[in-house]
Amino acid sequence: MTSQEFPASLAKGRSLERAVTSKTIFSNVMTGLVFACALLALIPLFALLFYVISKGAVRLSPQLFTQLPPPPFPRDSPQFSSGGFGNAIVGTFMTVGLGSLISIPFGIFAAIYLSEFARDTKFANGINFFTNVLSGVPSIVMGVFAYSLIVLATRSYSAMAAGFALAVLMLPTIVRTSAEALEAVPSNLRQASVGLGASSYQTVLKVILPAAIPAIVTGIILAIARAAGETAPIIFTALFSNFWNWDPWRPTATLSVLVYNFAITPFANWQELAWAASLVLITLVLFANVLARWIIRKR
Amino acid sequence: MAPAVDNNPGMSYERTQTARTVDSGFKWVTTIFAFGIVVTLLAIALQVGIDAFPAIQKFGLSFFTGVRWNPVEDIYGAWTQIYGTLVTAFIALLIAVPIGVGVAIILSEDFLPSKVQQPLVFLVELLAAIPSVVFGLWGIFVLAPFLQGPMTWLHQTFGWIPLFSTPPTGRGIYIAAIILSIMILPIISSISRDSLVGVNPSLRQAAYGLGATRWETLFQVIIPTAISGIIGGVMLALGRAMGETMAVTMLIGNANRPSPSLFAQGSTISALLANQFAEASGLQVAALMYAALILFGLTLLVNVLAEVVVRKVEIKKL
Amino acid sequence: MTSNLQQSVQTDNVFHTENVNIYYGDFLAVKEVNLDVPKNAITAFIGPSGCGKSTVLRCFNRLNDLIKSFHLDGKILYHGQDLYAPEIDAVEVRRQIGMVFQQPNPFPKSIYDNIAFGPRLLGYKGDMDELVERSLKRGALWEDVKDKLKAMGTDISGGQQQRLCIARAIAVQPEVILMDEPCAALDPISTLKIEDLMQELKEDYTLVIVTHNMQQASRASDYTAFFNVQANEKGQRTGFIEEYDRTESIFQSPKKKATQEYVSGRFG
Repeated sequence: MTSQEFPASLAKGRSLERAVTSKTIFSNVMTGLVFACALLALIPLFALLFYVISKGAVRLSPQLFTQLPPPPFPRDSPQFSSGGFGNAIVGTFMTVGLGSLISIPFGIFAAIYLSEFARDTKFANGINFFTNVLSGVPSIVMGVFAYSLIVLATRSYSAMAAGFALAVLMLPTIVRTSAEALEAVPSNLRQASVGLGASSYQTVLKVILPAAIPAIVTGIILAIARAAGETAPIIFTALFSNFWNWDPWRPTATLSVLVYNFAITPFANWQELAWAASLVLITLVLFANVLARWIIRKR
Repeated sequence: MAPAVDNNPGMSYERTQTARTVDSGFKWVTTIFAFGIVVTLLAIALQVGIDAFPAIQKFGLSFFTGVRWNPVEDIYGAWTQIYGTLVTAFIALLIAVPIGVGVAIILSEDFLPSKVQQPLVFLVELLAAIPSVVFGLWGIFVLAPFLQGPMTWLHQTFGWIPLFSTPPTGRGIYIAAIILSIMILPIISSISRDSLVGVNPSLRQAAYGLGATRWETLFQVIIPTAISGIIGGVMLALGRAMGETMAVTMLIGNANRPSPSLFAQGSTISALLANQFAEASGLQVAALMYAALILFGLTLLVNVLAEVVVRKVEIKKL
Repeated sequence: MTSNLQQSVQTDNVFHTENVNIYYGDFLAVKEVNLDVPKNAITAFIGPSGCGKSTVLRCFNRLNDLIKSFHLDGKILYHGQDLYAPEIDAVEVRRQIGMVFQQPNPFPKSIYDNIAFGPRLLGYKGDMDELVERSLKRGALWEDVKDKLKAMGTDISGGQQQRLCIARAIAVQPEVILMDEPCAALDPISTLKIEDLMQELKEDYTLVIVTHNMQQASRASDYTAFFNVQANEKGQRTGFIEEYDRTESIFQSPKKKATQEYVSGRFG
């Protein structure tokens, strides 16, 4: 067979020189388009950060963290800039704390099972599947679940109900990141420990878990940051309160619900507090993300 | 401790009963917690289902088509909210998929030096970490006033199209959809980026070696190879958009009647729940639970599909 | 060395390089490459690993452009045209100078679509079925796959995949086919099939192959360039061409001691 059987018009003999063709135009247009996409994606981020920082900083002062929310005041009132959201900060810590208290041990134990005792089994795959599906359940449905299970049963809105909802929300993240962290521990450590005669729980608790701790902590930090900003599962579980509350079984204020409640009111001093609370929340989220990255990099 | 043959004092090669019990006990505890995840998911479905039962009994399937949501007369139909959930999520995808995939291409190709690319990846991820309620606040006070002008122009120019037939106010389906698109963009771009980066580099070389340009390589080799991962990411984003609550509740207007116009105020299932749960009682709670069950079912369906698609990809990669 | 070769080479040269130095950033990877690649022949690059033979090969169709830190000085002339001149379109270069890689890399598409990929890029309007059949026949794969053209290109054996990749490169009718250790991932039988195929292909094409298998170079090639590597005081290893000549000269009467030692297996 010779090359004459091939159509002559293909590659051989074409000019090598650059030419403006429909193809090069198409390439340039597409490249321009994706750059426009990147720009479009970043504009809302920077606009949001800019507004939250500039509007939130107006009210930033120590009293924000120590005082209770004020009643609505008109802009010309001398008390316009009074008050804060100390109780909401306490409430956020309380609900997120309760959520962490439930979900962290739960998640780590489940992760230990998935990575140490059942890795690559059908059962573990099934549980991973459920974990992923659980992480896709809307957070408001977690709230509905907590409402049904705790609020209806105790006949009271409470920080505990919100903490429970947040725990369900945090659980999949903690399980997934912890399982990944545990699986990343080199297997020679495992063999070394077992070879020295350690039992499985000694191996896990004294060798594997300590080696995986930084990555697990990273996952926990990110889960906490997300939970702190969550609002949907809290509005009808913790509800809100204008007063200090230290009792987990009573309704309590949180920063995120405060932003919601105050944002949709017409009162300017409340709106300012909503911006300030947003700034606190965003700072928390930013801080958590940078911290998480720093921990990973340090390893 | 049972002293074994005692020519090696202080050392026993037989493990004590307690040690063995602790060991198997430890394993059992972890098993129970792992199984707890399954129980949790089933419990959510079951609990919400049980609480919704009175409403399911009373309204049956007409709940899906009814447009009246009237706590005073205790008549409930959730079509407005179901329609709102679907249409906002759909429009959000329409906006976010092309932009998100575009961003993923920028972040996976070598258009930018890695010193610029890495921070960009972080910034896009940061967008995903911002609380929904903050998006809502920003939407009310910044985005809505900003969009008012262009949207009024749209209405005045294209008002004869039903989609733009009502005058835009600061709240409505359109702005909820736009804020949703911003919120789901990072999911689409980060999962798409992962699947694009995961394509075997030898395929890129093969295509370049045959004289394909960068975009021919992307469209004919890289994207088709990564497509199931991208689709999986889009499905996850769809699930997130349907379940997203706060920003939507703050921006959609919470109207209880459906309208073909995107500028009209509307509602979604999650917005309905957020608005009414705190003050609901009796049959209204059951109706809300019914609505929550529908939302749960919708997102479950989308997430399971996404999971199946993504899993297929992972198996293929092995 | 070059003049020596030119006397013995009667045919046209496809490539002619002049003092090519190849860098990755500041690191000089290969220095002073001067060689002529004759038309319708098989030229083999041999040498110890890290000597830059694949790097030089990839310069011939500008595939190194994908590496950001890569640059070169000197000239690589293709029929007298400088491949790295600013007005040259790298994409066009790769269309005329095809490439087959170490690992078979068929696209996750059907066998048919793998072959049709290149012609479609070039806007081929003729009978695609016929072109696919001819290319597969030319790639000695037709008999194996004629009944399953819709099967995935990734679902056939490694040797078949490599012949698919060769057929895919042939389908656009390039002038040159570069092969970067095309048999490294294959079993001995598949290797022999590919070597037979190369002998057939050189009637129509110019082949340049990189191989670490000296048997293969001596069996299959007409010309052989022996690459060697030297380290500078910082420990950076720079490749260069130790000797380039007809294959039988390189293997039977090498002029350099290093070549002699390498081909008789005493180092590398």
